[in-house]
Amino acid sequence: MEVSHKVLLLDDDPDLLDMYKDILSQLPSRPEIFTATSGARAMAMLEADTFRLLICDLRMPKMDGLQVLSIVRRKYPQLRTVVLTSVVDEQFRSRVYALGVDLFWHKPGTEQEIKMFLECIESLLGRVEGGFRGVQSKSLVDIIQLECLSQSSALLRITNGGLTGRIWIQNGELIDAEAGELAGEAAFQKILSWRAGMFETLPAEPNRPRKISKPYSTLLLESAQALDESRITDDGASSPSSVPMTELAHVEGLEFVLTMKSDATGKSEARGLENPERMEAWARQNLERFRALGERLQAGPIEEITGLGPQRHVAIARQNDMEFCVGWRHSMTLQQVNDMMKKVLALWAS
Amino acid sequence: MGFLKNFGNSSHTLLKLPSGSFTVDREGSVLVGTLPSTFPTALMTEIGREVLDAFRGAESAQLPLSELIMNYPSLRITARDLRGGAIVFLSPRGPYALPN
Repeated sequence: MEVSHKVLLLDDDPDLLDMYKDILSQLPSRPEIFTATSGARAMAMLEADTFRLLICDLRMPKMDGLQVLSIVRRKYPQLRTVVLTSVVDEQFRSRVYALGVDLFWHKPGTEQEIKMFLECIESLLGRVEGGFRGVQSKSLVDIIQLECLSQSSALLRITNGGLTGRIWIQNGELIDAEAGELAGEAAFQKILSWRAGMFETLPAEPNRPRKISKPYSTLLLESAQALDESRITDDGASSPSSVPMTELAHVEGLEFVLTMKSDATGKSEARGLENPERMEAWARQNLERFRALGERLQAGPIEEITGLGPQRHVAIARQNDMEFCVGWRHSMTLQQVNDMMKKVLALWAS
Repeated sequence: MGFLKNFGNSSHTLLKLPSGSFTVDREGSVLVGTLPSTFPTALMTEIGREVLDAFRGAESAQLPLSELIMNYPSLRITARDLRGGAIVFLSPRGPYALPN
């Protein structure tokens, strides 16, 4: 039996809440609608129950919508979020999207606007997460299968942070792939190991020489097996964390790298640092200090902290449950540090 | 249904991220600034204090820094060391950011 989704509506105006409750109850998926008139009440409800969607106003007393959303996005990353407001200032639209909110809607005023709003909400409730941006809810394997089954010819360009890969498909057959210095089958397997990213379809290059001879189905199967094996290793207690560290140490301009688990174990590993403890304490303290500041400013989660110095530069960033502190050659520009840091994060993720 | 537009025009104001700069001395007191007066002084002081602490912590970790850049999805904070104090620049950013 299909379980109906739970939707939480947050607005300080009880009349408006009643009205939207009625309107949202008409959705074809018949979600269960709950309401809250304050940010604190909404937080308590989110703590007590599992919701699929939060629809939130911005202007509210005590705890405004931006404050609620910055906490909600950090604590409940799986929760879909929609802002429904009468605020028309574009800066707030920008900040709302920067927080990772799915939709920003001005309160609908006409029947047509309400219809469109309901369609968006229904689509959001039904959306499955994950996949590559460009074709929602599709994995890269799905995309390649679609291209091959339809006997297409295309060049797929896949971007994962600072990494770029290309896959050439000719008349439904995989003929070549490229990822950094890798080519052919090795590149194809590397690209398939990327867990997320963006892709675009470019015009086919019919003159591309064929470097992959195996059928696409065999290659996909082999890649899936390799991925499964690597996942088993990731989950195991004896995962060889030094392997990615060695790979990171070869990134151009990198002088040291320090990886720190942000979970309860707090494990860390360093390369190229004489005194990693002091650097670790400073990096962790800064991530926490500027995370809290971002919350106070309602500017969203801290993405990266970069320090430029006369001896070396440093960049600190967080990715999932891992924190990175990387030292860079002082001759590099800020842009180069940022670009290379993206590459480090992408390398780690893949 | 146009009457729905009349709902929700409450007077509660939201904190706008400003564009501008300010300087803090080595004790963290704000000296001068170009931020709009609507931006709370307490927040300015807090930013200044965090930035100074970050510079000092870096020095203790034997990594002297002259500039720190904090990137948030909707704001960039750039701080330059000024002989123990700092000049701090705030610039809103993001896909729809507009200069204010």
